[in-house]
Amino acid sequence: MQSSSPLKPPVVETYDELLGPGETYTSVTAKIGDIVLYPLLKTPWGWIGGFVAAGLFLMLYLYSLATLFTVGIGIWGINIPVAWGFDIINFVWWIGIGHAGTLISAILLLFRQDWRTSINRAAEAMTIFAVACAGIYPLVHTGRPWLDYWFLPYPSTLGMWPQFRSPLEWDVFAISTYATVSILFWFVGLIPDLATLRDRAQHPIAKIFYGILSLGWRGAAKHWQRYEMASLILAGLSTPLVLSVHSIISFDFAVSQLPGWHVTVFPPYFVAGAVYCGFAMVILLMIPIRSWFGLHSLITMRHFDVMSKVMLASGLIVTYGYFGEIFYSWYSGNIYEYYLIVSRTTGPWAWSYWALILFNVLVPQLLWSKKFRTNLPVLFFISICINIGMWFERWVIIVLSLKRDFIPTSWGVYTPTFYDWATYIGSFGLFFVLFFLFVRLLPMVAIFEVRDLVHKTEHKAHEKEGQGHAGA
Amino acid sequence: MSKESLDIQGSSGQSYWRSLEELSQSAEFRARLEREFPREAAELRDPVSRRSFLKLMGASMALSSLVGCQFALKQPQEKIVPYVRQPEQVIPGRSLYFATSMNVQGYGIGLLAESHEGRPTKVEGNAYHPASRGSSDAWIQASILTMYDPDRSQQILNAGKPATWDDAFNALGSAYAQAGSGLRILTEPTASPSLVATIKGYVGAGAKWYQYDALSGDNTRAGAQAAFGSAVNTIYAFDKADVVVALDSDFSHGTATSIRYAQDVASKRRVTSDEPVMSRIYVAEPTPTNTGALADHRLAAKSSDIAIITQAIAAAVGVSVAAPALPEATQKWVATAVADLTAAAGKSVVIAGETQPAAVHALVHAINAALNNVGATVNYTDPIIDADTGAASLKALVDEINAGAVSMLVIADVNVAYSAPADLAMSEALKKVPTVVHFGLYNDETAALATWHIHATHYLESWGDTRAFNGAVSLQQPLIAPLYDGKHFSEVLDALDGKRVSAHDAVKGYWQAQLGLDGFAFEKVWQTALHDGIVAGASALGSTQVTLGTVSAPAVASNDGLELIFRADPSLRDGSAANNGWLQEVPKPFSKLVWDNSAQVSPETASKLGVKTEDVVTLTVNGRSIDAPINVVPGQANDTVVVHLGFGRTQAGKVGNGVGFNSYALRSSDALWVANGVTVSKTDKTYKLATTQTHYNLEGRDFDILHAKSLAEYLEEKKAGVKHKKHEIYSLFPAYDYSKGYQWGMTIDLNACNGCNACVVACQAENNIPIVGKEEIWRGREMQWIRIDTYFSGDSSNPTIYQQPIACMQCEHAPCEIVCPVAATVHDSEGINNMVYNRCVGTKYCSNNCPYKVRRFNFFQYADEETPSLKLQRNPDVTVRVRGVMEKCNYCLQRINEARIDATREDRVIQDGEVVTACQQACPSQAIVFGNINDSASQVAKLKALETKFTVLDSLNTKPRTSYMIKFTNANPELSGKTE
Repeated sequence: MQSSSPLKPPVVETYDELLGPGETYTSVTAKIGDIVLYPLLKTPWGWIGGFVAAGLFLMLYLYSLATLFTVGIGIWGINIPVAWGFDIINFVWWIGIGHAGTLISAILLLFRQDWRTSINRAAEAMTIFAVACAGIYPLVHTGRPWLDYWFLPYPSTLGMWPQFRSPLEWDVFAISTYATVSILFWFVGLIPDLATLRDRAQHPIAKIFYGILSLGWRGAAKHWQRYEMASLILAGLSTPLVLSVHSIISFDFAVSQLPGWHVTVFPPYFVAGAVYCGFAMVILLMIPIRSWFGLHSLITMRHFDVMSKVMLASGLIVTYGYFGEIFYSWYSGNIYEYYLIVSRTTGPWAWSYWALILFNVLVPQLLWSKKFRTNLPVLFFISICINIGMWFERWVIIVLSLKRDFIPTSWGVYTPTFYDWATYIGSFGLFFVLFFLFVRLLPMVAIFEVRDLVHKTEHKAHEKEGQGHAGA
Repeated sequence: MSKESLDIQGSSGQSYWRSLEELSQSAEFRARLEREFPREAAELRDPVSRRSFLKLMGASMALSSLVGCQFALKQPQEKIVPYVRQPEQVIPGRSLYFATSMNVQGYGIGLLAESHEGRPTKVEGNAYHPASRGSSDAWIQASILTMYDPDRSQQILNAGKPATWDDAFNALGSAYAQAGSGLRILTEPTASPSLVATIKGYVGAGAKWYQYDALSGDNTRAGAQAAFGSAVNTIYAFDKADVVVALDSDFSHGTATSIRYAQDVASKRRVTSDEPVMSRIYVAEPTPTNTGALADHRLAAKSSDIAIITQAIAAAVGVSVAAPALPEATQKWVATAVADLTAAAGKSVVIAGETQPAAVHALVHAINAALNNVGATVNYTDPIIDADTGAASLKALVDEINAGAVSMLVIADVNVAYSAPADLAMSEALKKVPTVVHFGLYNDETAALATWHIHATHYLESWGDTRAFNGAVSLQQPLIAPLYDGKHFSEVLDALDGKRVSAHDAVKGYWQAQLGLDGFAFEKVWQTALHDGIVAGASALGSTQVTLGTVSAPAVASNDGLELIFRADPSLRDGSAANNGWLQEVPKPFSKLVWDNSAQVSPETASKLGVKTEDVVTLTVNGRSIDAPINVVPGQANDTVVVHLGFGRTQAGKVGNGVGFNSYALRSSDALWVANGVTVSKTDKTYKLATTQTHYNLEGRDFDILHAKSLAEYLEEKKAGVKHKKHEIYSLFPAYDYSKGYQWGMTIDLNACNGCNACVVACQAENNIPIVGKEEIWRGREMQWIRIDTYFSGDSSNPTIYQQPIACMQCEHAPCEIVCPVAATVHDSEGINNMVYNRCVGTKYCSNNCPYKVRRFNFFQYADEETPSLKLQRNPDVTVRVRGVMEKCNYCLQRINEARIDATREDRVIQDGEVVTACQQACPSQAIVFGNINDSASQVAKLKALETKFTVLDSLNTKPRTSYMIKFTNANPELSGKTE
């Protein structure tokens, strides 16, 4: 792609600033906007190749789901006692990934963290696509998915309401709220940029497309005022959601009484874990994107440094959770809890627990060093490790706990089948198809926010030179 | 020749066809015709080929949005047609019960068959019958499925071609006219008086009658013959026995008398009164059995060592045989057993198993005589079946065939081509007989070699009579017209002589003549017999006086090598019911193996042989060899390899074909139960075995799961007034008021349970539980609602065995209920945790949160909704579950409601004992008690008030409605350590 792209500027790595040298309003607008407005027929082969590859995985996903619907969820390896397997592992894993986007766009907005501007759009898109991938699992993991609408509280002729005490019912609300607010927040944030694209578009279809989506945005002061208000409200709404969604998902486990699930530390521990692997995923996506589209001056080393620090901090919280589990299994004196930890750490599947410790606890300790935080190959590797580690965390929690519960005669084993893998790997197909469409059709960096950053940077530079002027 | 082409030949006249499939009426075509909505989608379950993968890739988008409709919305349309003339007594929705009886290894077991609108759906024991006394076993429970088996033979075949009854009867008549005294009749053992009389008629005319059963009681017979000079029948009174010594005898499981004996033994094991008296059971056996699991002192001994042990006991109680030398541990076991036996003289039983040689049986008779048990706990009667029924009998027949003396052979209900000992070369022999008539339920291995195959009626389809182990006579009456127009064996026999007598007339005529009554007097006796299930005036035999001759010590060939032991399969027995999916899928006791047999070895022997479970070994004995997978089972005697009979069928039907290996191939007529000199050589193959339980260790959780105690300790504590304070667990929430109305509860007495699986299969029959097959079991998806958990503790070569039936506990604080998002599992005001199948979406969360793991999930469409005959078997009171739905035990709610309707109509409350759950009803040892715990006079409330009651996983505060009675061992303090 690099060779065919005329957008490729010389790479100048910026370490301490959020913006590369020499960026102006025009250069920013052009850099981001041109990726999208590039003529359709001249779409780079790299993009097409990636999209087709992702599409094939999507087909695998649809194939496995079609089989699932026609034949039954027995095509997976789940059984009694391990009635949840890859389905719920992947659900929790994907929804965790989504968290970074919301955290970046909402909480960091409220905290006025400027470094979020060039990554928040892509991170939010990642959130929505990850939530889409996640949301499918609980819908299809049921034995009779065509009756899933019974989860919704609607006045039905059956005279039945959902059972509101069930954490799964809470999930329904948590996830649907989260998805709704995330989509709204993302779309509202897109409007000024969509208007920019509308104005810059040459092709009539593109003009109409972005024209409709930009909802008549003219950049009037009143628009900006309302926009700021809406963003703030949505950020305010999203902020508790970052904490609540994964807390509620952790209730699926914490509210039950299964050893290994029945744990009060789960809500904060799950939220930290979600942020942890969410940031890892953002880094994982940003490193290639910035290189392919030449966004070195918009997504700088400073961004990676800051994101790595967030990752390290949340990783340490998760680590605390791991040690906590071991401690209270001993301290509680409960033989079921104690046995569970012994079997996790020394049983036949102990390797998966130790893989989790390796990937989630040991490898990320490299992030203490700035050298590694700003070394993209190392960072890429660490991020992959964290994503694998977080997947293993859910594996350990869900499968290893279910395998060996109270009555030893019902202990079982769980062997993933082809379809387990297909519904997992296939979901990447969905994610990347959506993501490829996103980078092709929508500005992946918030143009107006970066322009604001350009303004602030210039302002700061002027101040330094003693030529500061009032107002921003 | 295939069935398709046969039908073309059979059709006549002008006919039109649309396709070759239709022309040949292939099974697929007919199935498609019958399916209103062809479920092509189900074929997707086949392994993915490249073509189907590509097809699916294209179609998947469209399918994923449409499939929901097909499964959820389109229900087949059915019309309800009322009776034009209401049959007498038949009220839709109400079941009727008819007394009948079943032949098990020659002896009758009286049953009650439940009928719904003219189709039998379940069988129970008949309370009036001495062999069942209201209980049953897994074999009997599964017999209903055999009747509806779609693979049953449905037509007469002459050399493979369909024929009519007239053809067959005429041909049989002329064949008999030619054969005359060259007629030989080979049947399963039978004591049916009317049938025996018919057969004897032919025997009188020069024919000969042989009986064969692969599990026959010849050693027992020969033992009595050796001891008394006549082959008397022995009846034990375990309900009067304080000490029982079972020598390789699994008397409480798997025989015609085991239901009664299990009841009797259990009656001496309950610790429910203030001054409990518990019998003490000694069992010496080579492989763990259900009786062995009951034992207070179980000794794992090689089969050949049992003879020495018997001799040692005999010598010690005063029988004039030499005392043999014994190893120390065995010596101690024998000495303690002898001390107990002598102390309980006149109140003890020593019993040897059929698998032991006749000399051991003779010795045991002498021991019982020496202990004054005869007349008290051991009674002798005239023999019920006075003939050899085992390999000797079959050998005599083969000799006759080889000598050319047999010109016509009628084989009834016995699959000799499969189950004969290998050295008799039965299949070869059958080919030498000019006319072989096979009569049976299945077109099986023997039918394939026969000139004529005649399809039989199932016992629920025909008239007949049986005789129980003690001589009591019961009638068989049909519950349904023969599904495939079969006939009873007596009708076939009569046809030889040109007579056409219906089975009904034959039986009724026989008894009229026997009882010497006529007219109204006979009709009254007959109707009473049909109603009660027992023929008055032909009841139990009185005791026979016996005189003990001299007995000699059994000849024991010293055998230091490996012993190959043949045993009846605990579920399939001799293999005649191999096509019965319930029996294939019920987990075998201890090994929990399903859908296979194995070469069982002890852990020590396995390590000596260098093999582990699932390794395939070649077993070679006397030049014959088979490949078998190893299964390591604790409690097995060292240096023994146990193989179960009944598997490796080739023509059993779709269910039973090719399941397991055929161990009859190693069996020879002179070594029916034990073969010495077996070699075990490991191959490099492995074979996947499916078990329902993989972990047998309580992991120190006995305080919360299974309470076991020694009786002495309990009595001491009781005397000293020790009260075990129960740790009170509180709930944050106010308790529901369960003090009003019916509150259902259950107790299971672990002291009585021997783990026989009767409850498992009974539940399957009652609740329309599907079978899922080996692959699904291997994945951990068994469906049975009640399971028997097994734990081993102590030394792996001679462990203590605990068994615990577990079904849904109906927790008052049910963890499953709060986590269901759609309220598909809810509590009712009577304390039952109901499963609302129609509401279930299938999140499986309930199962995850169930600490007992008693919930079962339909991962696929397990219930066969398409085979017409299987539809008839279903209990109409219980929903047939579709795929994607969770299910579990609900205390036989349908039976509660049936009783409720009766009680409401009669304006009264439901009486104690009126509601009997399926598991409770089947349980031979009556370990399960069910009832209203609010009624303090009910049996269940009384049991729950005892301090020997405990609940499983008490620490979770789930408040289960099912509680257990402590498992006690009545060990002799003298005997400790290894054998305790």
